[in-house]
Amino acid sequence: MAGDLAIEAEGLRKAYKDVQALDGIDLGAPAGSVLGLLGPNGAGKTTAVRILTTLLPPDGGSARVAGLDVVTEAADLRSHIGLAGQYAAVDEHMTGKENLEMVGQLYHLPKGEPQSRAAELLDRFDLAAAADRLVKTYSGGMRRRLDLAAALVARPPVLFLDEPTTGLDPRSRIDLWETIEGRVAEGTTVLLTTQYLDEADRLADRIAVIDRGQVIAEGTSDELKDQVGGERLDITLESKDEAEQAIAALTPIAAEPPAISDGLLRMPVRERKGAIADAVRRLNEAGVGIDDISLSRPTLDDVFLNLTGHAAEDAEAEGKEER
Amino acid sequence: MSFGASFSDTLVLARRAVMRIVRAPDLLLAYTVQPIMFVLLFVYVFGGAIRTPGFEYVDFLIPGILVQTLSFGGFATALGLAEDLKKGLVDRFRSLPMSRSAVLTGRTLADVATNSLSIAVMLIVGVIAGFSFDAPLTHILLGLVLLLTFGYAFSWVFAFIGLSSSSPEAAQSLGFIILFPLSFISSAFVPVDSMPAVLQAFAEINPFTIAVDAIRALFLGIPAGNNVWGAFAWSLGIAVVFSYLSVRRYKRAVVR
Repeated sequence: MAGDLAIEAEGLRKAYKDVQALDGIDLGAPAGSVLGLLGPNGAGKTTAVRILTTLLPPDGGSARVAGLDVVTEAADLRSHIGLAGQYAAVDEHMTGKENLEMVGQLYHLPKGEPQSRAAELLDRFDLAAAADRLVKTYSGGMRRRLDLAAALVARPPVLFLDEPTTGLDPRSRIDLWETIEGRVAEGTTVLLTTQYLDEADRLADRIAVIDRGQVIAEGTSDELKDQVGGERLDITLESKDEAEQAIAALTPIAAEPPAISDGLLRMPVRERKGAIADAVRRLNEAGVGIDDISLSRPTLDDVFLNLTGHAAEDAEAEGKEER
Repeated sequence: MSFGASFSDTLVLARRAVMRIVRAPDLLLAYTVQPIMFVLLFVYVFGGAIRTPGFEYVDFLIPGILVQTLSFGGFATALGLAEDLKKGLVDRFRSLPMSRSAVLTGRTLADVATNSLSIAVMLIVGVIAGFSFDAPLTHILLGLVLLLTFGYAFSWVFAFIGLSSSSPEAAQSLGFIILFPLSFISSAFVPVDSMPAVLQAFAEINPFTIAVDAIRALFLGIPAGNNVWGAFAWSLGIAVVFSYLSVRRYKRAVVR
């Protein structure tokens, strides 16, 4: 049902000179959900955001945000979106309060509302004490919060966050995550780009993995992890000598033949439920002693490596040269 | 986008540009101390060596230096736009449901305010150095309007430069490289007929010469010929061409 999607894109393409930034991507985010675009620098995430926020016209394909076409209905569309970018686009020669009031005036909020809305957001984003200070005296985390507050001034139903935590210290990152989660709880649809796997894992309902201008995988965090091979049992044996008995005992419940090295046995399991109990019972019956046993899930790092053939960090280094 | 909304967006952004100057008063030096310095240098250092038949040098100079200073008044627009591009503010503005030209009309409007300040400062210093008006009040007022109009036209040249440069520093030096020769190869500081023939030919068709001659006519009571209308026409032409180019460029501008 296309009508239920707050963000939908079909076959978006965009080239800059000789670089194909977007090579036909499809995206969809139901209203009230968080869609994460995960990929290294230069993968095309920012280009996708620019097209969806009407900053760039696509070369091909089509996209609708809040039901409005990004090309033919761009002027109307801008009243329905908020954008916070990796550059913390606030004016550092104005105070925090003046920045938010200015944005409210430019959204053409009714008289008096830019002021009341600014006060409300400064309070909510823990910036009230710094409201009348020039932004150039703000810390990086405060600037990002102000930038996010500016994107929320007009209570837009769809919010675009382009790498909202890039360059922030861990404490500020977690603060910002909590703030974003708060907005989502109020029903805002969010499109979030990130190169951090833990960020996508934590915030996004669905994740589209982007590499070299294409969506190479799409699904929930769990689905993507399953795609890499699901859950894995790690068993440390009491004695290295019992490896063969252990393999024989466990093969019936393994999705793939168990691998063993230096007393540590690893195997993907067919089903998470009861896997540990089942393994322990079978090993007991075979008389194999267990030192430690744990069930682990692949991380999004594993997913990225598996899908692209290169780790997220490697690609990041490559991508920087393209910018 | 209604006209009223565009106008209110322009005022919001003009206010922002003026606030910037109030907040960072060092920028104000460019509008006050720098023109004073130029007036004093030309009157007392070069003035004695330059022959201006029929005029005291200070009377000859003030209209010329006013036109030159006003044409540079828009540099704050180039600087500000280049900075907005670099910092990502243009992305934010372009994602808002606001007028597509307000960022530019706001800044160029703010330049009119700072240019007015420059005119006041220079006239005061000029009068102290010996300049005197010799024309009816209506002519003087028309001259002031012409100065502001000419300056406004060049604000649009600077807007285009700001949107086309890779950094605020580059915008500033590009502006000076283009405008300095234009303003010097004119009747602003020396009589045109003292130049070599090639420069003289250029100076005579240079809009700076036309504007300077128009202001001299309006302030000193000499026959204006077609210069006043010519100067207004040039201003209008420059403003129309460069506002069109600038708005077109702004609509495609993205963070660098």
